[in-house]
Order: sequence, then C-alpha cells, then structure tokens
Amino acid sequence: MGIADYFRERRSRRNSASVAKERLQIIVSHERAERGGPDYLPMLRQELLEVVRRYVTVDPDAVRVEVERDGPHEVLELNITLPEQSGSEVSTQHGG
Amino acid sequence: MARIVVITSGKGGVGKTTTAASLAAGLAKAGHRTAVIDFDVGLRNLDLVMGCERRVVFDFVNVINGDARLHQALIKDKRLENLAILPASQTRDKEALTPEGVERVLEELRQDFDYVICDSPAGIERGAHLASYHADDAVVVTNPEVSSVRDSDRVLGLLASRTRRAEEGMDPVREHLLLTRYDPQRVKKGDMLSVDDVQEILAINLLGVIPESKDVLNASNAGIPVVLEEDADAGQAYEDAIARYLGEERPHRFLEVERRGLFGRMFGG
Ligand SMILES: Nc1ncnc2c1ncn2[C@@H]1O[C@H](COP(=O)(O)OP(=O)(O)O)[C@@H](O)[C@H]1O
Ligand SMILES: [Mg+2]
Repeated sequence: MGIADYFRERRSRRNSASVAKERLQIIVSHERAERGGPDYLPMLRQELLEVVRRYVTVDPDAVRVEVERDGPHEVLELNITLPEQSGSEVSTQHGG
Repeated sequence: MARIVVITSGKGGVGKTTTAASLAAGLAKAGHRTAVIDFDVGLRNLDLVMGCERRVVFDFVNVINGDARLHQALIKDKRLENLAILPASQTRDKEALTPEGVERVLEELRQDFDYVICDSPAGIERGAHLASYHADDAVVVTNPEVSSVRDSDRVLGLLASRTRRAEEGMDPVREHLLLTRYDPQRVKKGDMLSVDDVQEILAINLLGVIPESKDVLNASNAGIPVVLEEDADAGQAYEDAIARYLGEERPHRFLEVERRGLFGRMFGG
C-alpha cells in the first residue's frame, strides 16, 4: 500500500470506536429504563410496537416505555418517535 | 470482619479469574489475610491460574454438603502465607451450590480472613447471583468492547437490586470498574473504546486499567498470579489497582502508546 492510499484509507474509514460508543449509549439507556420497572414492560413495549407498525413504519427502537415515580403516583410514560418525514413525535402519558 | 469482594462481569472470558487471582495475591502480599473462592462450578480454573491444582483434595461443594470441613478444603498458598484458595467443584450439577450453603461458608470465612474474594462464573444466572449476593464490594471486569460493556451494565443493575445489601436496605455494594485487555494503540487509532468512553457509559469508580499483555498468558501458563510478576506491565497495573482499592491514590499508567520511531508510528499495526 502506497503512502497516498494509506492516508486516503485513514480519512475515509469511519472511526469504529465512536460508532461503538454511540450504539452502547442507546442500548444501555433503553435497558436501564426497563430495569427496575414492572416485568411486563418489555412485552408491553413489544405489543405497542406491533400496533404502531400496523399504521406507520417505524424503527424497532421507536417505542419507549418507562415507569417514573411522581410523588405517590407511578407514571407510565410512552414515547413513540415517528419517522423523519412526518416530522413529529407523539407522546402520551397515563397516570396510574 | 472480612469484606466480601465479588469479581464479576456478565460476559465470559474477559479476565475475571485472572483478576481474582491477582487481587487475592496482591491483598495477601500487602499483609491482609485473604481467601479466594472459585464459584465456577463445573469449570474449575482458579486453581490452575494460582498454581495449586495438584493440591486440590476437597472443594466448595464438598464443604457445603458436609463431606469436608472448610479448613480441610482450603489450600494454603505456597508463596504467600496469608493466602488461601477454595477450589470449585467439577460436578456438572449446577444446583450443587445452595444459597444456605454459600452463606454458611462465607460467614465462616468472614471470621478468619480480612478479605474474601469471590470469582464469579459468567452470565447473570444462578451461579453469578450466588457469587455476588453477599458482596460488600464488586469489581466489574470489563473489556473495551460493546458486548462486554453492555453486560457490565446489566451486572450493575443486579448488584443494585438483587444482592443482600440491596434487599436488606443496607448501604449499596461498592462498585469498581476494572478495564482489562486495554490496547492504547488501537484506542489511538479509533478502533477501540477508550477508558473515558467506557467510564462515561458505566459511570462508576475506575479502579484501574490493565493493558492487553502477553505476560498474562505466560503467568497463567506457569501458575503464578500475574501481579507477582514484578516486571510485567499487567502485573504492575494490577498492583496499582490493588493499592487504589486499599485507599491509596495512584496515577493511571499504561494508558498511552509507548513512544516509537516515526517509521513505527506510520506503519505500525
Ligand atoms: N490483560 C490481559 N492481557 C492478555 N490476555 C488476558 C488478559 N486478561 C485475561 N487474559 C486472557 O483472557 C483469557 C480469559 O481470562 P479469564 O481470566 O479466564 O477470564 P474469565 O474468568 O472472565 O472467563 C485467558 O486466556 C487469559 O489469559
Ligand atoms: Mg473465570
């Protein structure tokens, strides 16, 4: 490999460590959100995803379900991110 | 009263047993009475890494079943008088360790030792749970690699919820990150997560960084905990980590690429 190729390759290659870090931050934050919550959260998330997908094509990680404490209440928070072109995020909250 | 320290990771093959052997040897060398237990039922390995495999007579399961007394099963290290090893059983029966049996053995060890090191099996199931349940401290062994970091985060979740300290509402288990098999050269090239990246994601106290080193294999071939090899970079890194565990402040070494000539820098691997 010549010197020119060497530098070209260095420039074009995407830094794999930064890709790894980004992916990890996303998956770890998802898993932390589900952790400590009720056991049914992952199932609920999965079923909601299936329902949403009947109407809109979304990424597998587009649906987020979290339980948060708010004083004496537990709040189930749903976040559904729609794809770019529809340009909006639907968010509903339900106290319980 | 001893402190119980679990060496854990979730993922297998990241360096738990290597770390358990060196942490135990290092603490004993520093003058602390230390016992190290192999919890990896069916995959006994710690005895080999510590070089006492030919002196195993009884094991952890024998003690739990009442077939042997604890002092009969404990192997005294030949190099360090403060150090004892409790080997794992080779049985295929994963149920052989019972929660009550583990508790009884740990309580007995607590009386006679300053530190009890528990070398956890991989995974987050039964064996790993038993190894971490009584822990006061946890050393989370992590490689700079996506699946290892993710598993470490899961393990942190378990330490915060499924240990005796969590269940009984005591102070939480003290968590320490030990990043092992670190290759500064690859970090510099952008091929490997850096220590800062991993720490940012896991957000726990950094105990040390152990470089990827051929000395680790050489030491385990010889049955010597690498921390006792004074010329080995990985051994020195373990020694620093142990000093930090004991409360000393030490700068982190082995994080930077060693200086090489221009030629080496341009064409080096
Ligand atoms: N810092 C290191 N550098 C090079 N090899 C290492 C290092 N730490 C561990 N290893 C090697 O990795 C393998 C797995 O280590 P081990 O301690 O048995 O992991 P675990 O107990 O987590 O399964 C062994 O072959 C060991 O020699
Ligand atoms: Mg092991």
